[in-house]
This record gives sequence, C-alpha cells and structure tokens, in this order.
Amino acid sequence: MSVRTLRIDGRDVASADGATVLEAARDAGVAIPTLCHLEGLSPVAACRLCLVEIEGSGKLQPACITPVSEGLVVHTATPRLREIRRTVIELLFTEGNHVCAVCVANGHCELQDRAVEVGMDHARLPYRFPDRPVDLSHPRFGLDHNRCILCSRCVRVCDEVEGAHVWDVAWRGEHCRIIAGLDQPWGTVDACTDCGKCVMVCPTGALFHKGDSEGEKHEDPSRLAALQRARHSRQEAP
Amino acid sequence: MSGLRCCASAGCLARGSGALMGALETAISRGQLGDQIQLRPVGCLGPCSQGPLLALDPDGDLYAGVDPQDAETLVAALARRLHQSSDQATPLEWAPARGERLDLRAPFFQRQRRIVLEHCGLIDPTDLEQAIAVGAYGQLERVLQGWSPEQVVTELQRSGLRGRGGAGYPTGLKWATVARMPGARKVVVCNADEGDPGAFMDRAVLEGDPHRVLEGMVIAAYAVGADHGFIYIRAEYELAIERLRLAIEQAVDRGRLGAALFGTGFGFTLELRVGAGAYVCGEETALIASIEGKRGTPRPRPPYPAELGVGGRPTLINNVETFANVAPILREGADWFAAIGTAGSSGTKVFSLTGHVRRGGLVEVPMGTSLATVVLDMGEGSPHGSAVKAVQTGGPSGGCVPADRLDTPLDYESLQALGTIMGSGGMVVLDQSTDMVALAAYFMAFCREESCGKCVPCRAGTVQLHGLLKKILAGQASQADLDQLETLGAMVMDTSLCGLGQSAPKPMLSTLRYFRGDYLARLEAP
Repeated sequence: MSVRTLRIDGRDVASADGATVLEAARDAGVAIPTLCHLEGLSPVAACRLCLVEIEGSGKLQPACITPVSEGLVVHTATPRLREIRRTVIELLFTEGNHVCAVCVANGHCELQDRAVEVGMDHARLPYRFPDRPVDLSHPRFGLDHNRCILCSRCVRVCDEVEGAHVWDVAWRGEHCRIIAGLDQPWGTVDACTDCGKCVMVCPTGALFHKGDSEGEKHEDPSRLAALQRARHSRQEAP
Repeated sequence: MSGLRCCASAGCLARGSGALMGALETAISRGQLGDQIQLRPVGCLGPCSQGPLLALDPDGDLYAGVDPQDAETLVAALARRLHQSSDQATPLEWAPARGERLDLRAPFFQRQRRIVLEHCGLIDPTDLEQAIAVGAYGQLERVLQGWSPEQVVTELQRSGLRGRGGAGYPTGLKWATVARMPGARKVVVCNADEGDPGAFMDRAVLEGDPHRVLEGMVIAAYAVGADHGFIYIRAEYELAIERLRLAIEQAVDRGRLGAALFGTGFGFTLELRVGAGAYVCGEETALIASIEGKRGTPRPRPPYPAELGVGGRPTLINNVETFANVAPILREGADWFAAIGTAGSSGTKVFSLTGHVRRGGLVEVPMGTSLATVVLDMGEGSPHGSAVKAVQTGGPSGGCVPADRLDTPLDYESLQALGTIMGSGGMVVLDQSTDMVALAAYFMAFCREESCGKCVPCRAGTVQLHGLLKKILAGQASQADLDQLETLGAMVMDTSLCGLGQSAPKPMLSTLRYFRGDYLARLEAP
C-alpha cells in the first residue's frame, strides 16, 4: 500500500493511496461536516457540506469524493467555507418543516447536530412551510416527508446493501420527493423486506419506527459500516 | 428548369409554409409543370421572423411572407418565363400580393459566412441523394480510405475548433483524450438536448441537414475508436426527431452507417435517444445517466465522460454544431478553418437572433464579429423606434451585454470577460422597455423549475433567490434583501454540483452588474 502525504489545515497527514480527503481528514482528527455521505454507501456529493478549498484549484471540491494526492494542500475551515456550511444548513431548514421540539429524532439528529456545529442559531432566509404528507402505511415504520432532506441515504442503502431498491427520488428540483415502489404507499410495496435499514441510516426523523415518541429515535448509522465489514470478511474467509 | 425551395423547418411551418407548399404543388400539377418546376422542402433559409420563406432558382431570390393565394400567379409567371425564353436569367415578372422579395444585399445576408449551414436551405433534408450530391459522407469516405485515426485527431486539433455547446472546450483535445483511453468499445454521443430559451440553432441544423451531423459523428467515432453512438435529443423537437430517424435509416441503407463502412473494417452503429423534457439532461453526466435509463441527474466530475461514460465506457460527447463543423474542416483543411474567426476562437458560430429585433432568425457569422454587427446591422436593431438596451447570450447560464458594450467581438474570452458566455448560440435582444429585474426573475424561475434537485444549493438556493427577486419586483424589498441576493447568488454559484446551479445566478448577477439602477429603483425607501 503506497502512502500519500498531504497537508490539511496546516497539518501534515499521511494517507493511503485511494483514500478520500474526507477519510484522510477524519483519520487526522480534522472534522469535516457531512450529511449525505455515509460510510458503506456510494458517495453522491450532493449536500455540499464537505466542500473544501484545495490550493491551486479554483473550484471548491467535495471532500467525500476527492482522492488524496501527493502534496495536496487542503483547507477545511476557512471563513468562506464556514459561511457556506451555515447557508447550506439554513437552506435545508427553510426548505422543509423541521420542528425539533416534536421530532422523534430530537437530540439524535444529524441535521440538528450540524446546525449546532455551524452555529446556525436562526435562519436568515424565510421559512417556506411546504405542504408535505406523511406515509404511515407500513406496519412498522413511518415516513414524514416534512423532515426529509433528500440526502438519498435510504435510496442507496436499500439498493446497494439490501438489494431491494424500494426507494427512489421522484420529480425534480423543489418538487423532489422520496417515493416507495412506483410512488405507492410504502406498506403496499411488495419489494420491501421490512429490514429497516433505511430507518437506520436516515440522518433525521424522516424515517422512523412507529411508536417512537419525541426524541426516542436512537439510530446508529455506524451499524451499516459494521454490517459491510462483516459481509466483507465473510467473503474473504469462506 | 426552375426551382422553388420552401423552408420546411419548424419556424416557417408554424408560419404557414406547409399551406404554401401545398398550394404551390397544386398549382404546379394543375399546370402540368412537374417536370419543369421543381418544388423542394428545404431547411432554414435564415430570416425566420419573416417566414414562410421561399427561394427561387436559378435566380436565388428570396421571398418572405408569401400567401398560399399567391401560388397560382407565381407558378403562372414561372411558366410564362419558361415558355418565353430559354434564358433563365430573365428576371421573373412577379410580385406577391402579400409578402415581399427580400433584398439579399442587406447585411443580414451579406455578413453571414455559412459553413455549418452551407447546405441548409439548399437541399431537401429528407432526401439522401441530394445530400450526397452536395458532398455528404464524402469526407467520411476519404478519411476511411486513407487517413489514420491519429491524422483525423491532429487535423481537428490544428483547426482550433472549440465545443459549440457553450463551454468552448477544444474539440481536438477532447477527441485525443478519448482516443488515448484504453478499450475497444467506446461511445460517441451527440448532445442535441438544446434547451436554452430562445435557442434554436441545433434544431435548424438537424431539421435542415441531418446527414452533416451523422457524418461528423461517424468520423469522430473512427478518430477515437468508437463503435456505437447515441444522439440525445429533446422530445419537443418532433420534426428534428422525425428527420433524424429517417436520415439514420437512409444512412444505414446506403452503407454510411453500420458494419464495414466503405469496404473497410470500421463500423459504427447509431441510436436515437429522446429525452423526457428535462433541461438538466443537456449536462453531460446527466445526459449519460439518461441514456443509461437512469434518473437524469448529474454526478461530480472527474471522472469525465472521456474516462467513464455511457455504460462505463470512454465516451466522446459533442454538440450538434460541433459535429456539423467536422466535414468542412476535413474537406478544406485545418489551416483554412483556423484562418476564419479569431486566434483563440476559430471558425464561425451559428446564432439564433430573437427578441426585440427587427429581423430575427438564424445567422452564421465568423467568430470575432462584433455584437453590434449582428444585432444592429444584421438584425437592424429594435423595432418600433426603441433602442437596444442589452443583448442576452448564453441563456440561463449566461448574462447580458449592455448596449454600450456592443462593440465586443463574439469570441469565447471576450464574452466571458463581460460576465456572460458564448453559450450554445441563443441571442436575445432586449430593448429599452425591458425590466432587467423581471428578466433575471424569469431566468431564475427557469433554473428553479429545471434544477434536478440533487444538490442542496441549486435545489433550495434557486427557490430562495427567486423568492428574493419576486420580493424586489413587488417593491417590498430592502437593501438588506439585495445584499442577501448577491451573497446567496455567489454561494449557489460556488457550491452547486453541476453547471446548471453553478451558472443559475449568472443572469441575475450580470444584470446587477450593468443595470443595478433597475434593482435600486424597486427597493423600498429606507
């Protein structure tokens, strides 16, 4: 395994060739906020929270998919990036109906955590209060579109890990919406195996266990990585 | 023998050229003149705003706005001339009751240099024989029988041709990159998903001379080592789709597409893919996803399509007009092409001239021609005594050039320096009555609606920007809102995943740069 040496926020970091800037930064203890990224799923670079400045590149690059290279000089927390991250979070908060006080994920929500990290104490943009439905047709789980940030983790985990591809994104732009099956009530989709992986990886309270009350959703997305590792090692040693 | 060429492109058809052709056909058959007067549907003849357009051979005259009721007198006049003298140079004694004979000495015609459109308006686009008669597939045959793929790539590189889709990436370099990629099964894609409001250059090329584009694609395939290709075209272009389908069929039948072309070992097959109405599918990675049957959303680059394209194969993607330039470059040579236009932007560019302009339509001019020449001389300025306020180029990804900068030459760099882009060739003229805030709001609404929704800044940012613009339009905004508009606009540009979001704020920022007064006049008094 060859090693690449790069500089992240003034710190020299050695990283395995093929790793991403995000992985290298996290190994070195540099926190870069993410939302759509999840270890174990293919990266989509859609939330734009992990954008970093790379010297010599005019454009900001998403750390989650940018590979490390020798001599790369990365800045992850410049004032410009901080402002961008705060705006991304504000755009997400104003786009949906995120009311933490009555949310199942209150206190265990990645969106909430990111908002605290970037210092979003209020929204400078107007709230849009969209009219969005809730799907409670599945016997065990629920989907509250009001809390969905369209990170597409559920789509990817169902397709890539469970192999069921129940979820997808329909429509476009502001009309985008997660749909089950061919835009059917979730509970009527035969392909769903009721595995609950989508609920497990959902960063907010959009996908939840029925019966959970305010603040009771305790999901751990790292279980996905553990599952992936377990599958991988079984393939390695039959 | 006399010839009548009637424009059968979508613009003139909408203005009644179908009825005109029908009336002419009736008159010709009634006079039993079918073997003496040849009536042909052809591609775009130029001044679309004056259609239906009718050209007369051998005179070369061009008539505008001819009514079907005039067909009888026209055919009678032609018959008289045919009868009276064998000298067809005798001027035709005929004037339409409605419509007019256009003065071909006008700058609109004289300032053009037709390379891409050289056969557009001359041949029947549904007739392969006519295309072959003017040289279609001649360069393909020549290349296949004597050139190495490397020679083709070198020739393209030397010509200085840059991508006509908007970004202006050097075409030869793109070809060389794909050619160098390993793998025998590469793909060539023609991007015909023309979607900018006010742009219809590619449609005209496809409707008027489809074989020209096919030939360019096959030559490209030979140069980069591809065996399969796609034309991705928007569903709204029904006529262009119909003509392309026919052209592909004809080319296959005549051995211009398919296996073992011109007796060589080289073969190339081509499929037409019709989009489903998403502007974002003009972005190359979204286009590839759409061809693959997936949701048409962009993905980050790199990897570029040259490395990872359709079905994971190295893929060359060029725009319609880019492919249409290939055959003339090979025919006349790279030096000839490089000598046209400017040092950094060689060749010509087709523009669709629309908006507040007296004479609109399709024009092809050498790169480096000034905007003033195109808009004021060729387009003859704004109608109704109004003056030009600005010219919008590049559609929702571009910006406005104010009237006092119309001396700007049309080349990639000069337009970029003004905060706009060459774009694919849409050119919308705006007169003094134009409200630049409303214009910016229109383009922002367009991007808001066309955002694919994948990345946050574009999906949610365009909505907020549109909201701020509407607030300004309603006279309810403060200086703080204007500041927020600029800050958020810059953020959306810097952070969006693909070109759509990265350029969505451009029309707004460009109007703020040159017409800030239009914005300030609408702010609430502090």
